Amino acid sequence: MRAMADITDTARMFIQALPHARALGLVLEEIGQGRTVVSMPWDEKLIGDPATGVIHGGAVSALMDTASGAAVMCHPAGPVSTATLDLRIDYMRPATPGQTIRARAECHHITRSVAFVRVTATDEDESRPVAMATGAFTVDAGRNGDPR
Amino acid sequence: MSSEYERLLRETAAAIPYLAFLGIRFETAGNELTGVLPYAPDLIGNPLIPALHGGVTAAFLEVTAITGLVWSGLRQGVIAVQAPVILPKTIDLTIDYLRPGTARDAFARARINRSGRRYASVHVEAWQDEPDRPFAQATGHFLMQRG
Repeated sequence: MRAMADITDTARMFIQALPHARALGLVLEEIGQGRTVVSMPWDEKLIGDPATGVIHGGAVSALMDTASGAAVMCHPAGPVSTATLDLRIDYMRPATPGQTIRARAECHHITRSVAFVRVTATDEDESRPVAMATGAFTVDAGRNGDPR
Repeated sequence: MSSEYERLLRETAAAIPYLAFLGIRFETAGNELTGVLPYAPDLIGNPLIPALHGGVTAAFLEVTAITGLVWSGLRQGVIAVQAPVILPKTIDLTIDYLRPGTARDAFARARINRSGRRYASVHVEAWQDEPDRPFAQATGHFLMQRG
């Protein structure tokens, strides 16, 4: 078991160290045991539909993937490293142009080899998700074989 | 007519800021459309390997699936030959990460498994060196939009 402060630092560094997360302008807003909230401010460069100004689904996928990976990293039994094995995304509705998109990810189960994650993306209307995803992530336990 | 499809495709892609953000372009040869993602440092997720961000891979697969659908839809009369092209909407996408995408150019090609009046099912694979050794693949369902 790691100290929570240590885990929080790991997850925060995890996001800051990702060049593409920086390029997307991602912000780690909240962090808990196996839980993260990551936000992506609206930006013209991420538009997928020029007629409406709606952000591209791909950017929402990148946001949800990042929030999910960070949730794995901050799980109490968390690994030293992780990678996405599989991600299944449902797109429910277009995100409202001009609004920040927020992903809430939860690593709800972890084994020695695999971490399972649920993630929901919302804009300012949090009662109607923009997208939801479930993912499986690798668990790299590090050299001693035990997740730290 | 083929050059008309080509022009529509280019105009449509050029109007999408997110494609420019990732640096994605499309190349066509007859029926075949290939997505090209030139390597750039901003596409990296894990800087230690360094590997492409999983979200970049997801986005690359998704836009290639949509553009592949448009390319085949225009040619088969399923998508109206008009500007701007009305893009199919993603319903869902399941991405299978096979190995890390490395710091090199990537390519992707879509196979339309079913394309009906309202729904389409598409499989798409992305590779770097050998097309037979993809680093990621995805299957998605798309809603065809009426003009």
